[in-house]
Amino acid sequence: MGFKNENDQKAYWKENLSILFKLLVVWFVVSFGAGILFVEQLNQIQFFGFKLGFWFAQQGAIYVFVALIFIYMKLMNSLDKKYGVDEE
Amino acid sequence: MDVQVLTFLIVGASFLLYIGIAIWARAGSTTDFYVAGGGVPPVMNGMATAADWMSAASFISMAGLISFMGYDGAVYLLGWTGGYVLLALCLAPYLRKFGKFTVPDFIGDRYYSQTARTVAVFCAIFVCFTYVAGQMRGVGVVFSRFLEVDIVMGVVIGMAIVFFYTVLGGMKGITYTQVAQYCVLIFAYLVPAVFISMMLTGHILPQTGFGATLADGSGVYLLDKLDGLSTELGFNEYTDGSKSMIDVFCITFALMVGTAGLPHVIVRFFTVPKVADARKSAGWALLFIAILYTTAPALSAFARVNMIETINGPEMTGTAYSEAPSWIKNWEETKLIKFNDKNNDGKMFYSAGSYDDPASANEMLIDRDIMVLANPEIADLPAWVIALVAAGGVAAALSTSAGLLLVISTSVSHDLLKRTFAPNISDKGELRAARIAAGVAILIAGYFGVNPPGFVGQVVAFAFGLAASSFFPAIIMGIFSKRMNDKGAISGMVAGIAFTAAYIVYFKFISPELNTPDNWFLGISPEGIGSIGMCVNFIVAFVVFKMTKEAPKEIQDLVESIRFPKGAGEASAH
Repeated sequence: MGFKNENDQKAYWKENLSILFKLLVVWFVVSFGAGILFVEQLNQIQFFGFKLGFWFAQQGAIYVFVALIFIYMKLMNSLDKKYGVDEE
Repeated sequence: MDVQVLTFLIVGASFLLYIGIAIWARAGSTTDFYVAGGGVPPVMNGMATAADWMSAASFISMAGLISFMGYDGAVYLLGWTGGYVLLALCLAPYLRKFGKFTVPDFIGDRYYSQTARTVAVFCAIFVCFTYVAGQMRGVGVVFSRFLEVDIVMGVVIGMAIVFFYTVLGGMKGITYTQVAQYCVLIFAYLVPAVFISMMLTGHILPQTGFGATLADGSGVYLLDKLDGLSTELGFNEYTDGSKSMIDVFCITFALMVGTAGLPHVIVRFFTVPKVADARKSAGWALLFIAILYTTAPALSAFARVNMIETINGPEMTGTAYSEAPSWIKNWEETKLIKFNDKNNDGKMFYSAGSYDDPASANEMLIDRDIMVLANPEIADLPAWVIALVAAGGVAAALSTSAGLLLVISTSVSHDLLKRTFAPNISDKGELRAARIAAGVAILIAGYFGVNPPGFVGQVVAFAFGLAASSFFPAIIMGIFSKRMNDKGAISGMVAGIAFTAAYIVYFKFISPELNTPDNWFLGISPEGIGSIGMCVNFIVAFVVFKMTKEAPKEIQDLVESIRFPKGAGEASAH
């Protein structure tokens, strides 16, 4: 067992789930939100030569996806350190 | 030098490179063969994963599809990249900590059930064969168009190369070959895209050229011009789709969840040394994939403008067929472009409407699959760029085939033989079985490449639907619900697959004439039904779980132990 006690283990998992939840909300908002559900409203806005909704659907969401995974990596690595369950 | 000689040289040189790498990275043990000894650095693993994931379909077909679909093409872009976020956040680190070789291994152990393992093995094999047939076909198409050899000969050459480095090198050989293949394919994709972007908009980056003004001095934005052309010719606006919102939503979701559940992608995360590396490697993989996936829609728009202007001429009245550029004649020979001079004016004209309908003004039939391959010719780029694109297409097809074949051979030698029928088999015997299985799988894949079943296109929907409605929920519940039991998971998988399969079979095979939005459940097409199948899986699993005993203590402890990274050893057979 990697944790000092059971409370630590519970707290670690809770923080893990909360990181996961927040990042998945962003994931949903940029792809399904901006790219699909609200695409028509956002298309009223011009972003360089793009309609904004179209840009999110074919470009923007993908950039956010890449950023999300690297942010997740950073947050989880420091969470592991905080609870002493990282790999040596 | 002419295009054909250059293509021979460039494709030949890339083959020599792959074979050289295979000899250098021979597999010595089953761990080498299955998971490359668990010692691949994350950046390299990311590149290999990207090459593994980006198939002939991504390289050859996707930009063409988007070119004809406009906004709706976003389902592929969002679906196939968004799935990586789910994979990286919800699956990869935990499966890496679990530390077995395959997805059926996880399902079988987590749900303490041979039945679950066997169901998973057959799903994995089915999904992989579906894919691999299409890849071999892609190799055949590239060879026959650019090297003017027979499609059969092209497939045989492709099979021989894959056979050589899969059977010899296993995962280790494949991983390092895929790194090389990624470099070839991304270079081959970007070079023409950058050239065309410069020519049309003056931007070096296709991603910004996509939203820039045209370089012809008119000051009109590329996309506005494309919207104008599209409506003038009777199509929907390019930036506005024709699918319903719920269908776009469901297809995107099914593709995302399907991506996250594909066995040949998941297995890549067993090849890195640590859990932290699994997280990092998913990030690199998506970054490398995003380079191609953000270029593709730009290329689609450029290709569309170029194609319409070439065929219809600057005045939009048509170009004389006698002055047609050579690419039209070349592709006519392969029957992928057709021209029928309906009004006998000697000019080509492209517009909305059916090619087969004599009353329609549209005189051109253009296959979507040729857009990427024909793009350098349409834009009049030098011959070496055309040769490079051919090498890129072959690299994309080979890298994906190899990854899929490995999953098939692992499923047979490890999941079926070692874990089910012959538990006493030695490491050496298992390695031999894995090599034989890979060889047989290549022969079967080659057969399908030469004699493609007419339904390859349809079964791709099947593969994603199946992965979305079976593996994904079973793995998610296996990690995030400690108490989920065998009966819940198995009935969920069976219900999810049965629902999805029945829906797809009904609309694609039994009554294809009914395959219209009016008849679909809630307006969801067979391509998107996997998302509903996934919900069915979750609901059934939960209901059955509530009525039966929760998972035993030792399984709950196992789940606890995969939830944090410390103590992850190399992936092993245990």
